[in-house]
Amino acid sequence: MRLRITFSKSSALRYTGHLDLQKIWERTARRAGLLLAYSKGFHPLPKIQLAAALPLGFSSRAELVDIWLESAGFDPQMAILLQNAASPGLGILKIEEVDIHAPPLQTQVVSSEYEVTLLEPGTGSGLTRSLSAVMEAASLPRQRRGKDYNLRPLIEELAIKPDPSGGYDEKIKVFMRLASRAGATGRPEEVLEVLGISPEGTRIERVHLILDSGLKSGLESPN
Amino acid sequence: MLSPSEIETRLERILLKVQKPGRYVGGEFNSTMKDWAKVDTRIALIFPDIYDIGVSNTGLMILYDQINRRQDALAERAYAPWLDMEEAMRANDIPFYSLETFHPLTCFDILGFSLPYETLYTNMLNLIDLAGIPVRAAERDDGHPLVIAGGHACYNPEPIHAFVDAFVIGEGEEVIHEIIDVVKNTKMNMSLRGGSSNFRRSGERIETRRSNLQVGEEIALPPRSRYGKNGTRPSVARNDTLRALARIPGVYVPQFYEACYWEDGTVSSVKPLIPETPQMVVKRIAARLPPPPTRFIVPNIDIVHNRVSVEIMRGCTRGCRFCLAGMITRPVRERSVEEIVAAAEAAILSTGFEELALLSLSSSDYTHILELVDAINCKFAGRKLTVSLPSLRIESVSVELMERLKERRSSGFTLAPEAASERMRRIINKYIPDTQILETVREIYLRGWTNIKLYFMIGHPEEALDDIKAIASLCKAVLAEGRRVIGRRAKVHAGISTFVPKPRTPFQWAVCDTADQIEAKQALLRQELRDKNIKLTWTAPEDTMLEAWLSRGDRRMAEVIHTAWKNGARFDAWQDQRHHATWLEAFAASGLDPAFYTHRPRREDEVFPWDHISSGVRKKYLLEDYQLSLAGKTRADCRERCHACGILPRFAQLRRENPGEYWKCPEVKVANP
Repeated sequence: MRLRITFSKSSALRYTGHLDLQKIWERTARRAGLLLAYSKGFHPLPKIQLAAALPLGFSSRAELVDIWLESAGFDPQMAILLQNAASPGLGILKIEEVDIHAPPLQTQVVSSEYEVTLLEPGTGSGLTRSLSAVMEAASLPRQRRGKDYNLRPLIEELAIKPDPSGGYDEKIKVFMRLASRAGATGRPEEVLEVLGISPEGTRIERVHLILDSGLKSGLESPN
Repeated sequence: MLSPSEIETRLERILLKVQKPGRYVGGEFNSTMKDWAKVDTRIALIFPDIYDIGVSNTGLMILYDQINRRQDALAERAYAPWLDMEEAMRANDIPFYSLETFHPLTCFDILGFSLPYETLYTNMLNLIDLAGIPVRAAERDDGHPLVIAGGHACYNPEPIHAFVDAFVIGEGEEVIHEIIDVVKNTKMNMSLRGGSSNFRRSGERIETRRSNLQVGEEIALPPRSRYGKNGTRPSVARNDTLRALARIPGVYVPQFYEACYWEDGTVSSVKPLIPETPQMVVKRIAARLPPPPTRFIVPNIDIVHNRVSVEIMRGCTRGCRFCLAGMITRPVRERSVEEIVAAAEAAILSTGFEELALLSLSSSDYTHILELVDAINCKFAGRKLTVSLPSLRIESVSVELMERLKERRSSGFTLAPEAASERMRRIINKYIPDTQILETVREIYLRGWTNIKLYFMIGHPEEALDDIKAIASLCKAVLAEGRRVIGRRAKVHAGISTFVPKPRTPFQWAVCDTADQIEAKQALLRQELRDKNIKLTWTAPEDTMLEAWLSRGDRRMAEVIHTAWKNGARFDAWQDQRHHATWLEAFAASGLDPAFYTHRPRREDEVFPWDHISSGVRKKYLLEDYQLSLAGKTRADCRERCHACGILPRFAQLRRENPGEYWKCPEVKVANP
């Protein structure tokens, strides 16, 4: 059986990277008493596929992982077993059975939506103008890890999220939808830099993963 | 003092700038977080190396488990931040904090350092400093936590006597509770007298509820009244507490002892200064090993050992003369097969790990080893589980045992011949003939292992170049054996360590080879072992010298350690963090000659700096054994016959109370009334 789990990643787990997250899922599944299915070959590994790598330091409300299990029957109780066995910071949001023959999860992801909370007061000034400038730009040449690339086509949507209460203390949030495909992945820190915001004074959270089927992972926000 | 949430806020700003930030945030499955307001005594357990190395340390897990089982106490953990994180912490005023709740370590009542090896000493000093506590014990006051240390590197505590308030000598599982009880009672007495209601740090006055006590009336003070905001500690009369701790058997409080020296720099005596302290502090042992910990911390990042471990046996009966661990962990006590298997299962279930390590000093000597491996295989049949069984003796690793290990094997197989010539084998009392070694390796290669690691030891003063050549010949013979069996796939890894004559062993009277002698021997080995299927690793002579200075030092070494630390020495156990020049300068600054500790021949009647601490093995026994080694005579495994090393008379009562198979010492008869 192929089990798809929607989960949140927060608190201490923000500082665990993608590869280590794979191991965490392995151990969580074992502690939950679920029988993992292993790949064939000389060095069998449990079949666990994470949808898209989440950069170190980010939290998420909507990650996806597919886990192959030996057992055939789907049981909603598995969600409780998994939550009890989960590392602190891993929240089980939804579990469902998916077609075992569907393509790998990583290939299905097209975009990611992020919510960036600006922690420093005063960074919001002039933000609307910078935002328009970015969206109107024909191209945004950038360099990352020594390679040149164009950031603009990777930005699908960019907005300042209206604050629900609009009170003095409320922090400004920038909302962005960026491409998340092999060879074309937009990074929120890059977008923040072109907006003139230092990533250091922000908290970044992934709020949705969007699959090519149009499916959005994660819960809609209350407002 | 910073609050936990302030610390977390500051951490968020720096964590993405350091390597592997996951080391510094806790939040692991099986970590225990308790309510600070509901607990009397808080202990911070510290392993003074980085998280990756410390988090799976079984000794720390045992204490964490023991303390957290109590309702009235809690234990949290801390590990040494790596150099980049330390720099960031100091630059951002982040004090050393605990992983569970981010409390600064100054909030704890006790800081407990685990010291399995001496090269961690400078790290310990650094961490005390990073916590904001005076490094010198004499400069600490009632507002500071108690600094306690335990572990194998505390059996000669004198080099670090100036930095630790109290040492635990021996096994900590029972004595830790006695220490907590003392600290708890001292604090309670202070509150009753109304003396502790001043807070050194925040200057806040906290109400202390006074009760009119009748004799025998129970005291119930609300815990909250003893602590202010952010869990700051009340002052406790440090001296009172230390005197009370000094009365606990196995606890050594160095400030209550004085060391005197002869003109030539050797020790004339170490004497107690107050009547409460004993002339000699004898180690503690647990007569029966308590149930092993099973809820191992599961790290969220990749570390060195991703596995659970169960200690199957404590102590060793072989009596190898160079081995500190064998000499200080006597008597041998074995856990039952049932207890081990049950613990292994509980540990695997609670962690989700796929590897189990069965630990002891000499695992194939465990009486029921075959039965144990069978039981493990049976219990975990059909499940993926790698079983690692390190520390196998060539003499007792039978073909039957290898057969059972081969299915769940990890990649390498390790054996420790140590010496390769007949003469050296007799001297160190580890006599294994070449024929036996070659037979054993053949059986190992036949069963699917392709890489065999062999441990050898060089640098003994009686050693000649022929003995070194014998090591090279043996390695080549082992490889040849492997080639005969599995062809070109056969590999050998020769790990050459350098001998340091450790305190408490028969070789404590021996001298170290000089750095030149060691280098010559290593050069010879490199020359002789040029085969691409033989990997050779060795210890740099500077590292050996450091180990020797630290393990054989006296009280005067404390200044050397302090100076070296002040001038940047830390992570001395790490090969790329060598500070040899710093250490030599520190010796010069103290007016001490490093050779005094390494190459100076010892008198037979010399008082050693560690003689007032006892491992249970009599000094006379060690001297006899040393003299036997000079005559090239061996001593049998003490499972075969007791050599009266001193353990039995010392722990006779415990043995009488625990008769039977559990201990491997002879029975002690109940005295006739």
